[in-house]
Amino acid sequence: MSEPLLALEGVHSNIGAYHILHGVDLIVPRGQLTMLLGRNGAGKTTTLRTIMGLWRASAGRVMFAGNDITAMRTPQIAALNIAYVPETMGIFADLTVKENMLLAARAAKRAGDMDDTRLKWIFSLFPAVEKFWSYPAGKLSGGQKQMLAVARAIVEPRELLIVDEPSKGLAPAIINNMIDAFAELKTSGVTILLVEQNINFARKLGDTVAIMDNGRVVHCGAMQALADDEELQRSLLGLSL
Amino acid sequence: MKQMDIDWKPLMLVPLLAVLALPLIGSGSTWLTLTVAGLAMGMIIFIIASGLTLVFGLMDVLNFGHGVFIALGAFVATSVLGAMGDWTGSQELWRNLVAVFPAMLIAMLVAGAVGLVFERVLVRPVYGQHLKQILITMGGMIIGEELIKVIWGPQQIPLPLPEGMRGAVLMGDAAIEKFRLVALVVGLLVFGVLTWTLSRTKIGLLIRAGVQDREMVESLGYQIRRLFIGVFVVGSALAGLGGVMWGMYQQNVIPQMGAQVNVLIFIVIIIGGLGSTGGALIGALLVGLMANYTGFLAPKVALFSNIALMAAVLLWRPQGVYPVASR
Repeated sequence: MSEPLLALEGVHSNIGAYHILHGVDLIVPRGQLTMLLGRNGAGKTTTLRTIMGLWRASAGRVMFAGNDITAMRTPQIAALNIAYVPETMGIFADLTVKENMLLAARAAKRAGDMDDTRLKWIFSLFPAVEKFWSYPAGKLSGGQKQMLAVARAIVEPRELLIVDEPSKGLAPAIINNMIDAFAELKTSGVTILLVEQNINFARKLGDTVAIMDNGRVVHCGAMQALADDEELQRSLLGLSL
Repeated sequence: MKQMDIDWKPLMLVPLLAVLALPLIGSGSTWLTLTVAGLAMGMIIFIIASGLTLVFGLMDVLNFGHGVFIALGAFVATSVLGAMGDWTGSQELWRNLVAVFPAMLIAMLVAGAVGLVFERVLVRPVYGQHLKQILITMGGMIIGEELIKVIWGPQQIPLPLPEGMRGAVLMGDAAIEKFRLVALVVGLLVFGVLTWTLSRTKIGLLIRAGVQDREMVESLGYQIRRLFIGVFVVGSALAGLGGVMWGMYQQNVIPQMGAQVNVLIFIVIIIGGLGSTGGALIGALLVGLMANYTGFLAPKVALFSNIALMAAVLLWRPQGVYPVASR
């Protein structure tokens, strides 16, 4: 396994009176796509939000590229070139697609300042982003919004891309498009941490996998090893890939 | 799918209200006078309300102390204009404007500076706690009013219009007060600058995005609190400018004037949709027109009329005429 870019060490997280994460240990190797799987309520989204500083870790450490980022605020964490796509996609519905992209391009003051070559590459991954460039983002379909959310996350080169359930509620054709896009992103060298419930999505893309249950990581390993071991799948996920 | 998807229905409310009032008023000249007066009043209320609606939209902060910046701006103007009596007493309009412009500028600077302190001392400790926000910002306004009394005294202070802005211009049989035209121009200028900033600059995009989803703006790497402080200060400065205009509109100022206008401002931002500047403009114009029409037609129900207007709009659109997406 390559060196870890992101590591969670015994992370606990509380939301109000609820103790959600009970000591999460997770390693995301540099340059790989790590799938975070688990049933509803296992703590996957809370883990991502805790990494981004949107919810504070009450104990444990979050390490990024060897630095402790546990106490950092969300904007500082994002400034480390960590992009986050929440489950809700976080699209600014009243802004156009172009304006959504411009906001994510921190170095650009106006649309013309965005990197043309990178934009063309993004358009090749997500043609809908180019097609609806001047349209209000709120008018896009669910699949187009998800494409915009991921496109916005990669409008500038990122060290780590964190995406929460990109296939949720999407039609099979759009999911296939999304799988192709993430496969292309993997080859570009970006490290990706993906939360998914779509097992087919996970099997096709994942290099490594972590499975969560009751606020803990209960299994870590290679995705292929999990895909090849039906007994393990049944015991951890209650199904087979 | 359309590129530009403007919701025209709320824009039609202002002309609709004006047209409906015409047969009730009867006289065309009286209607024109009342309409211009209503639009001018609406523009002044918009100047005051525009900052408050963004403050609420961006950080979910209920600032019931916004009125103190109105009173402060007006009292600062009495001092500045009082010291420039030679200029305000001149018949030449340009000399009047030379006096009024620095009065507005200084009122905005003072209100903005006090807004900065207000945010730091009173608002910041109660982020996310609506009940405490209401109590502490109302308390802040009461303290502000008392401080105004300490500096300028408790009595009403006249704020006469400069000579060149007094009187009226005749349009047919209708007399249109010159200052109301000035208020219309200033209001349109403020709306133009705000609209340009919000739609054409990156800081404006950030404000609009923050009103919709502040957590996502932070996830993109921007410090939303710094943005909020900036908006709060600008909102306070605009309330100061609105205070100057309101004081000149009433031609006198009292320390409680902010609290009196506060009710109208909250009606405006609720009608407009919390966080929407375009909605605030529509709401302000409706409130201005309604106040003037009912003041003429049925003075006893004038106070109630704007509440009734708000209730009617909310029955039609429960989140205001231009609800902000994702709120």
